[in-house]
Amino acid sequence: MHDMSKHEAVAHHAPTSFIAKHIFSLDHKVIGKQYYGLALLAALVGMGLSWLMRLHLGWTSLAIPGLQLLTKNGAPGNVMTPEFYLQLMTMHATIMVFFVLTTAPFAAFGNYFLPIQVGAEDMPFPHFNMMSFWVTFVAFLVLVSSFFVGQGPTLGGWTQYAPLSAIGEVGGPGEGTGVVLWAISIGLFCVGQLLGALNFITTTLDMRTRGMSLWRLPLSAWAWFITSCMGLTAFAVLMPACILLILDHVAGTSFFVPGNIVINDQMQPHSGGSTLLWQHLFWFFGHPEVYIAIVPGMGIVSHVLITNMRKPMLSHRVLVYSMGALAVLSYMVYGHHMFVSGMNPVSSLAFSFPTLVITIPSTILVLIWLGSLYGAKLRINAASLFGLGFISMFISGGVSGFFLAQPSTDIMLHATYFVVGHFHMVMGVAAMFGIFAGTYFWFPKMFGRMMNETLGKVHFWLSFVGAYAIFMPFHYLGLAGNVRRYQAFTPDYMQPLIPLHRFITVSALITGAAQLVFLYNLIHSRFRGEPATDNPWQATSLEWSTPTTPPPHNNFGDKLPVVYHDPYQYGVEGSVGDYVMQTSPEKVKTASDEA
Amino acid sequence: MAKLFAVTIIVIAILSAIPILRHTWWMAEDISTHGAPIDEQMSETMAEAGISFLASQFILAGFIWKFSNTRSDEKVKNFPGGAKAMVWAAVLLVGTEVLALGVFGVKAWANVYFTPPSANAMPIQVQSGQFAFYFRYPGPDGKFGPIHADRISEATQNFYGLDTDHDQDSKDDIVTAQMAIPVNREIHLLMHTKDVGHSFFVPELRVQQDFVPGLDLTLHFTATKVGRYEIVCTQLCGLGHYNMKAYLSVLSQQDFDDWLKKQAALQ
Repeated sequence: MHDMSKHEAVAHHAPTSFIAKHIFSLDHKVIGKQYYGLALLAALVGMGLSWLMRLHLGWTSLAIPGLQLLTKNGAPGNVMTPEFYLQLMTMHATIMVFFVLTTAPFAAFGNYFLPIQVGAEDMPFPHFNMMSFWVTFVAFLVLVSSFFVGQGPTLGGWTQYAPLSAIGEVGGPGEGTGVVLWAISIGLFCVGQLLGALNFITTTLDMRTRGMSLWRLPLSAWAWFITSCMGLTAFAVLMPACILLILDHVAGTSFFVPGNIVINDQMQPHSGGSTLLWQHLFWFFGHPEVYIAIVPGMGIVSHVLITNMRKPMLSHRVLVYSMGALAVLSYMVYGHHMFVSGMNPVSSLAFSFPTLVITIPSTILVLIWLGSLYGAKLRINAASLFGLGFISMFISGGVSGFFLAQPSTDIMLHATYFVVGHFHMVMGVAAMFGIFAGTYFWFPKMFGRMMNETLGKVHFWLSFVGAYAIFMPFHYLGLAGNVRRYQAFTPDYMQPLIPLHRFITVSALITGAAQLVFLYNLIHSRFRGEPATDNPWQATSLEWSTPTTPPPHNNFGDKLPVVYHDPYQYGVEGSVGDYVMQTSPEKVKTASDEA
Repeated sequence: MAKLFAVTIIVIAILSAIPILRHTWWMAEDISTHGAPIDEQMSETMAEAGISFLASQFILAGFIWKFSNTRSDEKVKNFPGGAKAMVWAAVLLVGTEVLALGVFGVKAWANVYFTPPSANAMPIQVQSGQFAFYFRYPGPDGKFGPIHADRISEATQNFYGLDTDHDQDSKDDIVTAQMAIPVNREIHLLMHTKDVGHSFFVPELRVQQDFVPGLDLTLHFTATKVGRYEIVCTQLCGLGHYNMKAYLSVLSQQDFDDWLKKQAALQ
């Protein structure tokens, strides 16, 4: 065990100046809120871009008023050019994957609640933590700045396959400066994530308060810990890949470009590089990234649902082991993105088996969630609705993974809308639902006010039905051979699919508008919401036993809490109420872990 | 509200399944000799994924219906089998399922990728570039002349960079913008790109393969039905990606011979 007195000795004082308090803050709670704000801003930008894309896909020659303001020559007469569509698509994906799905569930909530859930005053390296946010913020600015530089942002997709991404402007608009800015942005993002992961890991391992054994950590804390272990290894691979990509642009190297490439009748001055090298480096990061986006959601949703089911999960440990198994397997499956890439066909089979095996821990997670609902006293509120919606989405997006895990069926579905439907459901919408569940649940603790439940439910219903209306049809389009990343559907066989695209566009506009209800609720409740009590959900974990709401600068006042129980003592017999907090010295007959 | 939610989940699950069951939007008809196992694999996977999908959504809905807003004096209960039942169910059910899919899938995959083309397969070359495919037939000598990347020129329409003045084998090569093949004859497709990554996707033929700069890749297939199909690019290759396509005509041997003669005359 670690030395408690040392922690108490470094107790830090609350800053007094505005800048130290709200801008360059060392407080993990402020940093968490900053990350949340960044994710919110990024989500709005990303959603706006998707609206533009969907409008264009439904009605290709549609003039969208004001579109010209976003681009120098990408929208003559406010009609989107093919290259501008691809630029919007690339930016939508990059912003959503990195600055929303990685930032909100992991960096925002994790920063705010991990130290509190382990019973610490702060993270061990507050300066690193501050740097991690500000580096990420700069990364976002660099990415968005590419809209206003040269020929606009890169059009190469968030995967930035070489050599298109490495040969410069000759490959297409934005493939020069746009790619360099993209790679700088993502390289910086990696630095931010590495600093964050370092802090998360040490917080979990070294900062736990007295009595907080690893198995007493809530599932959300476990999820952040597992995610930070993935982040440490995955981003450490993406960062050098980005550096090599930048060098191919600015230093005349050819890491990702082979010889004999002819563009515009000109031989390109490159030789000796490998295009598959980029794919291997990218997906070695890219597949764990999928789990980096979704595992925190799994932890948050479990945490939220347990409180609203008034009983622990069937097995705490099995859930933790399953999330751990996902993390480990996520590195062994990445080749399933490359079945038709020209990689040796034996490798495809070697990557297919772990991909199929990864369905086992995923299924265990789902079955434990479902089995735990049995016999629950389920409270229906905005947080639990989004938690249950998460499970539904995760199932729907998960089963389509069976098809993409097998090289033989992937032949028909690779690079089609089937893939787009799959990942939007399983890591996009599901992770967003995790973020929403966390927001409705933790908002009272973060801001001392309750969110409006009615608006929360409206938000849920429109989002749940809307997400299915958008993303289920994507699977049908993919089965019919509708290729993704097309700005217009010119092949003859895609013509009959256009009405379905229009249906999706309308659904997307409505579902997107529903998010404005959430935004309103968030802002309104921040200032006008009902005042929250310290523990409005009658929950057990440490974030609900802080002396004030929101928690004071050092989280627990003068004295760090002492933990006596497993995290989820709900449905306890013979206690006042049906729960016992982790800090309560009360002896209870515990609902023992079965695994 | 819980009951409404449960019903909504069930309605969405059923509505989602209907187009799949009715094949409202579905794969194009298979015209290849190797496609049957792929389609079979697709159907089996669809059955297993469909059952998992419907069963889990129904259980989720059922439990939400039954266990929400229970009376305050009621006690929480545990699922009788506990976590062990869940782990075993996942390992046995899904484990068997994925094992079966995996093993049968290997067969379908091996059909395409582990069987070499037969000796009398007809070689055709395809070159991809921003944003068009060009096809090359070896001509009467059966040999492709060498490609000189530095001679590739759209301007002079020397798409393959051939040097017909010096390379004997190039002289009778036939380069076309559309592809035609004889029906029921195995084709050995030799693939390369002149610039960035592209892909060769013909849904009816059950083939999709990337073009990878720096790699020469091959495909082989036999089309069994005369008709006109589309070849589309599925690897993002630049601003004209959406428009990168060509027609594939599957012709009777006689029609193919006539077509090839006509193309040769145009060179």
